[in-house]
Amino acid sequence: MEAEFALHVDGRRRPLTVDTRTTLLDALREHLGVRAPKKGCDHGQCGACTVLVDGRRVTSCLTFAVASTDVEITTAEGLGQDGELHPVARAFLEQDGFQCGYCTPGQVCSAVGVLSEVEQGWPSAVTPDVRSTPGLDDEEIRERMSGNLCRCGAYVNIVAAVREASP
Amino acid sequence: MIPFDYQRATDAAGAVATVSRHRGAVFLAGGTNLVDHMKLGIARPDVLVDVSRLPLDRVEPLPDGGLRIGAGVRNSDLAADPVVRERYPVLSRALLSGASGQLRNLATTGGNLLQRTRCRYFQDVSTPCNKREPGAGCSAIGGWTRYHAILGASEQCVAVHPSDMAVALVALDAVVRVQGPDGERAVPMGELHRLPGDEPERDTVLEHGELITAVDLPELPVAARSTYRKVRDRASYAFALVSVAAALAVEDGKVAEVRIALGGVAHKPWRAQRAEQALRDAPATTESFRAAADAELAAAEPLPDNGFKVAMARGALVSVLTELAEVNR
Repeated sequence: MEAEFALHVDGRRRPLTVDTRTTLLDALREHLGVRAPKKGCDHGQCGACTVLVDGRRVTSCLTFAVASTDVEITTAEGLGQDGELHPVARAFLEQDGFQCGYCTPGQVCSAVGVLSEVEQGWPSAVTPDVRSTPGLDDEEIRERMSGNLCRCGAYVNIVAAVREASP
Repeated sequence: MIPFDYQRATDAAGAVATVSRHRGAVFLAGGTNLVDHMKLGIARPDVLVDVSRLPLDRVEPLPDGGLRIGAGVRNSDLAADPVVRERYPVLSRALLSGASGQLRNLATTGGNLLQRTRCRYFQDVSTPCNKREPGAGCSAIGGWTRYHAILGASEQCVAVHPSDMAVALVALDAVVRVQGPDGERAVPMGELHRLPGDEPERDTVLEHGELITAVDLPELPVAARSTYRKVRDRASYAFALVSVAAALAVEDGKVAEVRIALGGVAHKPWRAQRAEQALRDAPATTESFRAAADAELAAAEPLPDNGFKVAMARGALVSVLTELAEVNR
């Protein structure tokens, strides 16, 4: 069934008419030409489709576009400002945090989400005491980034990039 | 995926009325399990009622000292809630050990409880499954059973419940608040999920159209000394082979109060009542914990590929209780 609505993507209002079955990922890539988020598994297991929704990282493949009308969607493409790369994207470049690059936009969005979650004091599964305010050592980075797979295996440099981007 | 009509609910009563009237209608919240199941052909709703904007996104103190968790509270927000971390660390830990950061940001408290088994045969529509299609037969029985049940299974179904959060909630004696077409009711966590019996298609006691609106935690001082341990094939982002939620209070070297639930072992989060009974007034020692684990697991009936789960559950249970006893010292 067709639905007519608008998404708010990378600072712009984008009207579209799509079938209600269209996921946010497919709406972005196939209907709006926003190709930073990638389709890997399409089942929420690989993280390649990660975008920020109202600043929180989510898998866009498990969200219907029609259910995303009243939120601000930010893709890796929309993270930078005034032609400058976002500090997290720059850290991935500097630390060589990728090989083929397919998972990278999802990794970058996820890392931006991780830094925000740590700033808010959220614990993780490896935080020794959930009552404490966690820091961001390599073990914490690996745990928090576990929803993003990299089949090239650039994990060592991805951890270094997230470490470099953290305050 | 079949075409569907999307409706955004503005109040719980309206959402319940719509879904109960229409057999093909379902509630949509975080979508992490439902959307996946629609893609896989496991779920084929023709109406989605989106309840994610309902005002059910608060964690609030209850007058009796407990805590009310709105059904729409996201798993990540609940895990990070300061009161949950302070008073019910087992719940925070269980949530954090489930899924990934992205999925926890989407998944809700109500949806987490209603997520369905990750049995490979259930998820593959080309293989017979009694849970997907009653009477079709069980492909896991006689198939690959590494991830399946060791307790409470039936000849119809050997699947396990996948939630970590639910295991903690069972140990905490949480109460699920449900709104239906005829009003509200409260379901104790231990009674929400079912054993498969001869109706494996029914995961819970809820009827079509009933909406979980909140989960209430009782005031429970023992929960301040609680934890969750998950044993799995990967260090992160994998379902449990076996998990343990436990809370323990020790006085004068003896067990004063204990709560134990196991995950990954049955069709429902498994409250370890026999182990709890064995520990009542027992010395808080590793020997007691071993005896308690043995008492619980005596009823285990492992399948050809998952005999290791019995030893694993025993080891995890003893290890968790020993750790909590140390903290009590």
